[in-house]
Amino acid sequence: MTRFEAFLDTFFNVAVMQRYLPDIVAGFFVTCGIAVLVVVSGLALGLLLAVLRSYRIGWINFLIIIFVDLLRALPPLVLILILYFGLPNLGLTLSGYVVLWLVLSLVLAAFAEEIFWAGILSVNSGQRLAARSTGLGFLQTMVYVILPQAVRLTIAPLTNRTIAITKNTALGMVIGVGELLNQATTAQSFAGNATPLMMATIAYLILFVPVVYAGRWIETRYAWRRA
Amino acid sequence: MDALLHQFFNIEVMLKAWPIVLRGTGLTILLCLAVIPLGLIGGLLVALASTSHRRMLRLPVVILVDFFRAVPPLALLILISAGLPFAGIRLSPFTAVLLSFFLNNSAYYGEIIRAGIESIGAGQQEAARSTGLNSWQTQCYVILPQALRNVLPDLVSNTIEVVKLTSLASVVAFAELLYAAEMARSVTYNASPLIMAAAIYLVLLWPAVRLASRLEHKL
Amino acid sequence: MLMSVSGLRLSYGATEVLKGIDLEVDHGETIFVIGPSGSGKSSLLRCCNRLEEPSAGSIVFDGQELLAKGVDLNQIRRRIGMVFQSFNLYPHMTALGNVRLALRRVLKLSRDEADAVAKAQLDRVGLSSYISQYPSQLSGGQQQRVAIARALALEPRIMLFDEPTSALDPELVSEVLGVLSELKLDGMTMVVVSHEMRFARSAADRVVFMADGQIIETGPPEQIFTSPEVARTRDFVAQAAF
Ligand SMILES: Nc1ncnc2c1ncn2[C@@H]1O[C@H](COP(=O)(O)OP(=O)(O)OP(=O)(O)O)[C@@H](O)[C@H]1O
Ligand SMILES: [Mg+2]
Repeated sequence: MTRFEAFLDTFFNVAVMQRYLPDIVAGFFVTCGIAVLVVVSGLALGLLLAVLRSYRIGWINFLIIIFVDLLRALPPLVLILILYFGLPNLGLTLSGYVVLWLVLSLVLAAFAEEIFWAGILSVNSGQRLAARSTGLGFLQTMVYVILPQAVRLTIAPLTNRTIAITKNTALGMVIGVGELLNQATTAQSFAGNATPLMMATIAYLILFVPVVYAGRWIETRYAWRRA
Repeated sequence: MDALLHQFFNIEVMLKAWPIVLRGTGLTILLCLAVIPLGLIGGLLVALASTSHRRMLRLPVVILVDFFRAVPPLALLILISAGLPFAGIRLSPFTAVLLSFFLNNSAYYGEIIRAGIESIGAGQQEAARSTGLNSWQTQCYVILPQALRNVLPDLVSNTIEVVKLTSLASVVAFAELLYAAEMARSVTYNASPLIMAAAIYLVLLWPAVRLASRLEHKL
Repeated sequence: MLMSVSGLRLSYGATEVLKGIDLEVDHGETIFVIGPSGSGKSSLLRCCNRLEEPSAGSIVFDGQELLAKGVDLNQIRRRIGMVFQSFNLYPHMTALGNVRLALRRVLKLSRDEADAVAKAQLDRVGLSSYISQYPSQLSGGQQQRVAIARALALEPRIMLFDEPTSALDPELVSEVLGVLSELKLDGMTMVVVSHEMRFARSAADRVVFMADGQIIETGPPEQIFTSPEVARTRDFVAQAAF
């Protein structure tokens, strides 16, 4: 065997590919499913918190800031381990899937809150005055006037954050969630061959490269709009 | 309530776990001291390459950056630490961790610094060159200082992410903070060491988080 | 009496910027408010719409106490039109969209009704051919006229103008002042903060001079501009060249 053949045999072994393709595909869909759930719940909660914060009620804002700071400062893996291994001792057992979804949603919500809030602050205060002077209520002003302007500025950072956080679905591997990376490492140890890891890498590329490009496209588009 | 205290804030367990957790903290800090400068240097090179006028230089770097933005850092780490041995390349856990974090962080820092460089108008470049500075001098003295200042908030917040990222090293048995705490947990069947680890991460990162959010809201 | 302000006080933190304002606005009256920068003119107008929370005093508008607890502010606000120095048009909506928003969401008109009202108002300020432009595609004078149409569409009883022309290039000022003159002819009640002394002189029924959060002098334009009683007013009027 030449070196190149050995390389192919180790990382792109066709027999191993065929054998483990179903597992990898299953893992791919689990990853997609969790990612979608995380994005939906995380962004929704983040937006909710940012709107809540704009009411500027002292103690609520204090709690929101504490929540955001905590989730920005703690590695998600630490939270995952605490919830997964710690809670059962209190008689509350959550499945790995729930723990993964919960932790990543909260982390995304924290970052999204910061981004939405910065967006809301960036909208000129005259906009709020004008809207309120025509009789629009607080929430109406938010929904029809402030948020549409705020969201434009938030789209680029939000996409980047969302990608970075949904990629953390790979952490599910550590707590036995049957997602892509978990399937791949399991297959790799059974097969004694690195091909499944390569397959997982390619699957991640298929999943995230389009999103990365969409993010980049949005970024240039809105950067141009602003200019 | 008692159960909560016993399971999560057990002083006895914490005291027992303290030496090993402390060692882990030391290794985490060491890892950060290696990974942050490496990532910044890599990021600077990536940024310079991806804003270069030479297509041959720009294209491969852009592709690499997109690759690392799309692949989860844990997957990369496992590919390097568990995949490479099959090809006869055996790296120590520390080297594997360093290599994979270097690749990942360079891509992220690189994107940030690139955005900073692109935020500087062409006028600065022209003005500098018109006074006879060469292109390296222009970068060093005119473009980069402004670029880095413009993206300082993003650099700080990415550095927080880099520190948090070091916790992934626990998955490949590198004995940093989280690995130590998780070891202690599995021996004592008590989550207090994990809480301890969380507290230490907070102590390390909370000031940085405050700083980052200050900087972000100033914009 | 359409609006009657009495004993109005407003503070931002520790600094009091309105120190007991009394002002009565009659039906159909046009009042010009002048005074040095920082004297509290904008703050007074914002209070009249309760966009600021005064610390003391009362504002009775159309027989209703504006500062009372539990008043339906949004229903009152739509009857008090407001126009800002910096236009504050919604940049993500067309001219028509800007005028239509409150018609739909506050008056709850149907889309067709709202469109009809909005178009009529834009026509009234001479912009019927610009209804689908975005603010960034309009000149300053056109933007300010859209802002006026946005307020007029809600059929306000009174219009508050906060330096409506001071962000405009000189050659665009007259098109906005023209709209103000027409409103006066239509019998609209107006309170105008403005540095356009010449225009104030011809259009005002009464001029109010403010300084340091207080009303220093009130009177017909002839008196304020030619023979003010207070030295402070005299200095200000003399400085404001016209
Ligand atoms: N949101 C605010 N927070 C704190 N202070 C404010 C705020 N708005 C206005 N002020 C202060 O209140 C005082 C009165 O301001 P106001 O805008 O009412 O003055 P003005 O007469 O309209 O001045 P100008 O002619 O410059 O528009 C000023 O000293 C100003 O600095
Ligand atoms: Mg003012």
